[in-house]
Amino acid sequence: MNINTSAKTETWLWLGQRLSAVVLAVCVVVHIVTMIFAMRGGLSTGEIAGRVGGNVWWLTFYGLFVLSVSVHAPIGIRAVLLESTPISARRIGLLCMIFGLFIIVFGIKAVIGLYQLGPV
Amino acid sequence: MTTEMLRVSVWRGKADGEFVQYQVPRQENQTVLDLVTYIQRYLDPTVSYRFSCRVGVCGSCAMTVNGKARWTCRSHVANVAHGGHIEIRPLESLPVVKDLVVDMTTFFDKWAKAKGSFEPTRSRHDDLASITSTDRQRRQVDAGIECIGCGACYATCDVVKWKPDYLGPAALNRAWTLANDVRDGGNQQRLRAVAGDDGCLGCHSQQGCVERCPQKLNPTKAIAGLKRLTVLAAIKGDL
Repeated sequence: MNINTSAKTETWLWLGQRLSAVVLAVCVVVHIVTMIFAMRGGLSTGEIAGRVGGNVWWLTFYGLFVLSVSVHAPIGIRAVLLESTPISARRIGLLCMIFGLFIIVFGIKAVIGLYQLGPV
Repeated sequence: MTTEMLRVSVWRGKADGEFVQYQVPRQENQTVLDLVTYIQRYLDPTVSYRFSCRVGVCGSCAMTVNGKARWTCRSHVANVAHGGHIEIRPLESLPVVKDLVVDMTTFFDKWAKAKGSFEPTRSRHDDLASITSTDRQRRQVDAGIECIGCGACYATCDVVKWKPDYLGPAALNRAWTLANDVRDGGNQQRLRAVAGDDGCLGCHSQQGCVERCPQKLNPTKAIAGLKRLTVLAAIKGDL
């Protein structure tokens, strides 16, 4: 796998992180507002599953949320590691790619898992 | 009448040097450069420092004064002394040659690396370019063109401290002025040179450069402009 750090690649990574930040800003607000206002009987598994389970809109929303995080977080952590550690750029690139894949796989698994619970 | 004395700590030696204290008589309208000049002329002729014009034009006398990078020729003692004491060190992020003198080679090499030289598109046989003073791009150039290359922004920038290869605010500001110069033809190469993490995308917008620029320039804004241009170039496939 070629993980180069050319100016072109870095520019795309930078743009990817900014665009994912825009999506995240909306997602985080919707997520928090929902948590605060849609909550009735306390923050319980039953209530969350009741709202999200079997709902295609929430499936899409949280799917998008997870995808944005999987783009945003690894690029940010890559920048932090590049600036503050002596680890080579190649290794940092690999580490962050694995981290991004970890978020996608387990994040999407969780989102689908909640959806499959169906309406409670 | 007794003369008021100022306690001045001056860095002596190279990077592993130490502060030496001098007592300098206080005078009206005295600048920090006056202090160093007094020390060298009357107290210790072995003190090394760099200056030229003494009027804020040449950019050679920048030093760290009480922890902040300043042009010493136009920094009045009255404005920077803390309780009758002033500490003068060489600029940060640049290798110390001796005492208050730093090696500016890296700083200026980065201007070259950022393609900070004008690439003409016309010859002497062509007409002069017609640019009005209200032209938007010309105004962007005007906003950043008065850099005197003192290195105060570079010495203040945290990103330079973290990443020694980062081009720094002055070089990027220069690239931005040329990027807006319609007479210049080197933009594609320039944007390639300033894109990436060691270029404009590495800037954290902390604005230390803006805070410390003695010319009141805004390198952070210039770098933000370069970010826009490099992203547009990447989208167009020009990077």
